[in-house]
Amino acid sequence: MSEPAITLYRLQACPFCERVVRTLDEYGLAYRSRFVEPLHSKRDAVKRESGARTVPVIVDDNTGVTMAESANIVSYLEETYGENGRLTAETAAAGGS
Amino acid sequence: MDLGFEVVDMGEPDHPTEGEQAPDFTRPLVDDEYWEDVALSELDGPVCLVFYSMDGAFPGTYVWSEMRDRGFDDLGATVVGLSISTPYAHKRLIEDNNLGETDFRFFSDPANAVAEAYGITNDLDGMTGITEPRPATFVLDDDRTVRYAWAASEWPDLPDYDDLETAVLETVEATDG
Repeated sequence: MSEPAITLYRLQACPFCERVVRTLDEYGLAYRSRFVEPLHSKRDAVKRESGARTVPVIVDDNTGVTMAESANIVSYLEETYGENGRLTAETAAAGGS
Repeated sequence: MDLGFEVVDMGEPDHPTEGEQAPDFTRPLVDDEYWEDVALSELDGPVCLVFYSMDGAFPGTYVWSEMRDRGFDDLGATVVGLSISTPYAHKRLIEDNNLGETDFRFFSDPANAVAEAYGITNDLDGMTGITEPRPATFVLDDDRTVRYAWAASEWPDLPDYDDLETAVLETVEATDG
């Protein structure tokens, strides 16, 4: 089983996280979900990735990008994988740069 | 256990035995930081798979404290627990029993389908609608062939840690290199 290049740190029932999921699905991107706890103090894994404890956070191994804030993430995904984006889901899945 | 009176007889379990391949499954796997879907077959073998009663009941506390104290995560196998508890409850179990410093991780299976597949379900008397795994331990080699299997036929019962440790060490030895 090949590992998805994109990891999404998310909180159950968090609308900002669901917004990112919707965008990932829209572009047909495979991703791995890592769920963290509601208490910010328990989110060290997220802090290690992004420097802050907010979710959502995505880590995209295709581009080396780690990003927080759903609006930023959605823009990033669109610019990278959207219709006129730099990458497509297919090249991303194939490990293309 | 010798209590001087009869405990509940659950009948003989019907689980995979030595030489058979254990069923694969995917469930959220919880560590001290997060949980994500992981397949049993994705784990580094050998695997020591421990089914235990829902988090918060005393057997889970006993089992994981004992396995922590015995250093089961230092034997060369991947040690994973499984109960019907939610990932949130697993996080509490990890925290309350200082398991964050171990490599133990915990599968969450509220619908109990894994225990169903392994032939080890236990319908809980007095908790209508709740079924969970009976206490059971499996040692699996790299291709999930069962090297050691134990499942309780009485309720309650606890694993034989010495037997389990021996089985883990033998499997690690046999699959090395």
